[in-house]
Amino acid sequence: MVLTQQRNIVTRTWGSSVGKKFVMAVTGVIFLLFVIAHMIGNLKIFFGQETFDAYSEHLRTLGAEIFGYSGVLWIIRVVLLASVALHMVAAFSLWYKAKRARPVGYQHKGHQGSYAARTMRWGGVIIALFVIWHILDLTTGTVNPDPAGGAYGRLVASFDRPIVAIFYILAMVALSFHISHGLWSGIQTLGGNSAVKQHALKTFSIVVGVVIAVGFAIIPVSVMFGLVR
Amino acid sequence: MRITLRVWRQKNADAKGKMEKYKLDDVEEDMSFLEMLDVLNEKLILAGEDPVSFDHDCREGICGSCAMVINGTPHGPQKNTTTCQLHMRHFKDGDTIDVEPWRARAFPVIKDLVTDRSAFDQIIQAGGYVSVNTGSAPEAHATPVDKVSADDAFDAATCIGCGACVAACPNGSSMLFTSAKVTHLGLLPQGQPERQTRAISMLAKQDELDFGGCTNVGACAEVCPKGIPLASISRLNHDVLGATLAGARAD
Amino acid sequence: MSELQQEPTAVQGEGRWLLGDPIADDRAPDSPIGDRWSDRKFSARLVNPANRRKMTAIIVGTGLAGGAAAATLGEAGYHVKSFCFQDSPRRAHSIAAQGGINAAKNYRNDGDSVHRLFYDTVKGGDFRSRESNVHRLAEASVNIIDQCVAQGVPFAREYSGLLDTRSFGGTQVSRTFYARGQTGQQLLIGAYSALERQIAAGTVEMHPRTEMLDLIVADGRARGIVTRSILTGKIETHLADVVVLCTGGYGNVYYLSTNAKGSNVTAAWRAHKRGALFANPCYTQIHPTCIPVSGDYQSKLTLMSESLRNDGRVWVPKERGDSRPPNSIPEEERDYYLERQYPAFGNLVPRDIASRAAKNMCDAEQGVGPGGLGVYLDFKDAIGRLGRHAVEAKYGNLFEMYQRITGDDPYEVPMRIYPAIHYTMGGLWVDYDLRSTIPGLFVGGEANFSDHGANRLGASALMQGLADGYFVLPTTVPNYLADGPFDPIDESHPAVVEAVESTKGRIDKLLSANGNRTVDSFHRELGQLIWDQCGMARSKEGLEKALDRLPSLREEFWRDVKIVGTGDGFNQSLEKAGRVADFLELGELMCTDALHREESCGGHFRVEHQTEDGEAQRDDENFAYVAAWEYGGEKPGSKPILHKEDLEFSYVHPSQRSYK
Repeated sequence: MVLTQQRNIVTRTWGSSVGKKFVMAVTGVIFLLFVIAHMIGNLKIFFGQETFDAYSEHLRTLGAEIFGYSGVLWIIRVVLLASVALHMVAAFSLWYKAKRARPVGYQHKGHQGSYAARTMRWGGVIIALFVIWHILDLTTGTVNPDPAGGAYGRLVASFDRPIVAIFYILAMVALSFHISHGLWSGIQTLGGNSAVKQHALKTFSIVVGVVIAVGFAIIPVSVMFGLVR
Repeated sequence: MRITLRVWRQKNADAKGKMEKYKLDDVEEDMSFLEMLDVLNEKLILAGEDPVSFDHDCREGICGSCAMVINGTPHGPQKNTTTCQLHMRHFKDGDTIDVEPWRARAFPVIKDLVTDRSAFDQIIQAGGYVSVNTGSAPEAHATPVDKVSADDAFDAATCIGCGACVAACPNGSSMLFTSAKVTHLGLLPQGQPERQTRAISMLAKQDELDFGGCTNVGACAEVCPKGIPLASISRLNHDVLGATLAGARAD
Repeated sequence: MSELQQEPTAVQGEGRWLLGDPIADDRAPDSPIGDRWSDRKFSARLVNPANRRKMTAIIVGTGLAGGAAAATLGEAGYHVKSFCFQDSPRRAHSIAAQGGINAAKNYRNDGDSVHRLFYDTVKGGDFRSRESNVHRLAEASVNIIDQCVAQGVPFAREYSGLLDTRSFGGTQVSRTFYARGQTGQQLLIGAYSALERQIAAGTVEMHPRTEMLDLIVADGRARGIVTRSILTGKIETHLADVVVLCTGGYGNVYYLSTNAKGSNVTAAWRAHKRGALFANPCYTQIHPTCIPVSGDYQSKLTLMSESLRNDGRVWVPKERGDSRPPNSIPEEERDYYLERQYPAFGNLVPRDIASRAAKNMCDAEQGVGPGGLGVYLDFKDAIGRLGRHAVEAKYGNLFEMYQRITGDDPYEVPMRIYPAIHYTMGGLWVDYDLRSTIPGLFVGGEANFSDHGANRLGASALMQGLADGYFVLPTTVPNYLADGPFDPIDESHPAVVEAVESTKGRIDKLLSANGNRTVDSFHRELGQLIWDQCGMARSKEGLEKALDRLPSLREEFWRDVKIVGTGDGFNQSLEKAGRVADFLELGELMCTDALHREESCGGHFRVEHQTEDGEAQRDDENFAYVAAWEYGGEKPGSKPILHKEDLEFSYVHPSQRSYK
């Protein structure tokens, strides 16, 4: 074994199974930060339509002096989109590798590992589908009953349909599982876990996952129960 | 007690296998799982049938030979226990028990429950050692090792190379095995000079051998008969990350 | 040698063997004991580095001795071919050693030294080992620890970061280095990783799942081996300039032992039949604290660390056949027989004495558990005295292991223990260079007879395996190779053809018997016979009984064994059958050796030779020699030929042991 420079850092990283996990961990951190900011923003709905719409507008004027109207928002969107692409491509690549690694399965299926861990892949797919719906519904308004109602109006209109509200809540449950395992998994992937810390880290991740899911789900629930209208 | 076994029978590497059913009426609870299979085999031989092939050697849980998935769990239901140390008292009269070989592309079935695990040796060949020749060693007390590191290194070094981690992993990944060696040597001062190249070379070999990638499911650590902690994988990741950023590479 | 054979004159058991010429080790220098190894190293010839890769060394077995030797000779640049029957060299049975490894480091400043380790080992071997070899072993012990630490073996350490040691097996100095209860595993992984490094470097060619079935002796030299691939059944020949056997001991002749199921004598026995002398086969070691047999299906015995006797008290019910549960037998109806018979040492008497005492109790029908083959090891007093917590800290993992196997909780119910075979001191005869009597055939580790005499001390097996593998063979094998490379031979050499044909013939014969009994049933019968007659206590009468029975058992085996399947492919019954066939022959030699040795020493206890107190009585006058046996031939009625190597004790003077 000799220590020499090899290729560039991109191929070096992407070329190994752990490198792909690094990509997933880093993009996962980006999502997590976004989701937390998003949730905090959402909760402004309880301060009324004006505050909420003002917040929505503020996102567009943020840093406008430098990046122009919606500039920062677009930068965030591009970063998020790129992260989604990398996260998913890495995930699918590892999924494919896993399929390859076990051509013949077991007759008697075992179930080791937590539920959250075992459902990361399908959970991710559900979240991805949800995000598409979510953008069409609340961002572009394409599938929204009140497309011109502003951020607040679109939201209330959407969650007035119980089936949509329930779908949203279920998606948040999926998100909660994904974060509960994903956050810990990211820390593990980036080398931050140890036998001593593991239990605390796992608990922390579950708390984060649950808090975020509740923070989001409280809104459709409030709409359904007429607390927000 | 009476036990019904459903055992994976496969004549050779190329043959198509299937589960075969056998009934045993005289299983005693003090028998080990392998002794129960011995009893089955004695019956099969006397009936002129091919006995069930399975790897086994020390039968005291240290050589890592025995390897079977029992009711969907590598090494069966008892925690921290290899198949040879599992006893029939963990089953009930009338139970049906499914017995299958490890399943992984890197561990092809040779016959019945026997698989070829030489891929593990290849991973070790890629760097699972300290490059020291016989006779060139300095005095043992020249380098003190703090007790905590020594103990943690020992815990990782208890890996018996049985492959249960791969068998349990939904990705068919050998990360726990590889990381146990990387952790063992990486915690000791003797292992420092090759720490980064070791991690990256062993990982590259593991990927090349068609083991799956780790997604931190944790099934490996749950079934590991030696209780190798999942956190060893984090140490491997840490060393790989350092090596990736530093541009270390495996030759 | 056999030309001068004669019938033994005045020894008992006349007619069972022939007496041949004496033999001697001519390789140890005459210098003072402390200089012999360095003198020998200096006088050993060297091989030019450029010539080394042209020389092929075959090393059979990948345990501590074989793995270490293969790695070291590979590092030196020889072309090494390494063989093991397991699927990986990492699984060799050295891995199962628990206790530790001795080394005369004297880190404790408790008076240890190379000379003291040498002294203790010769004495512990009951004055039946060769002083030169043992001294070299003690010298090498120091380097072994350095080597293993450098490889990353995680020995136990103290808070200072320095290596911890403990006292083991009743020695008065703390010279045993250990890695919890898995020292063998850690040392083997060290040797294995060195071996894998050489495999990666291309100097060692590894052949796992390959079993040696014969030795090729061509033109007076060992030149190769015949192997069978366990995967494909293919019979192959491997030719070389030198052959090294590190194939372990033969404890599995007893069927039930602490050895791995695959451990076998085949490689050594084939070499013996090709002319290598087999020394002291009757020296077998019995470990007193094993988990007893629970039923007919029992496939192996599990050893529990001897340290348990530090706090556990051994007892049996006073009344014969008392079947009450142990906790309902009142104190006054218990016989703490070790404390009664050996008031000075009590429960801590040496292995052989503790084992024999347990056997005596069971023979007197005071044994407990299934078949009455067990005695209690009780921790009630220790738990009362020290508290459960302290007992758990000391023995927790052992208690757990016991409970896993038996289902009984030793904190509540006394353990049941019984002695079991776990090491064999005998093996192929070697000189100081570890050369057998066949030129070009070297033997290392448990497979040779050289260092432990009639009894091995705890934590010495690992030391010997690694000393042979890392330090001795890498010096003496090149000395032999300095004469090479030898004339190339190929597959058409008559010796090769003959060895292959006879191997194939044996396999065909096994497969064609198609009888009515399984291999295991023969192995069990053999094991029981040897255990009864050549186990913990041996008598002339019993040994003769065994010797009368063995030829017919062997004949039955070849006639009535049933092996399903064919020879071309994976066939575990066929593998076993070949091994049992060799055990059947070895068993006879063991009994012959035990019968001829009219004394008690170490692991060999002849009931006719005991003191008034029932202790072993050596006969230094007549038996201070190594019994090296030459194979007598295949023909029925042919007799093994005894060659004696006289043992001289110039540095350690024989004395009688006493533990009263």
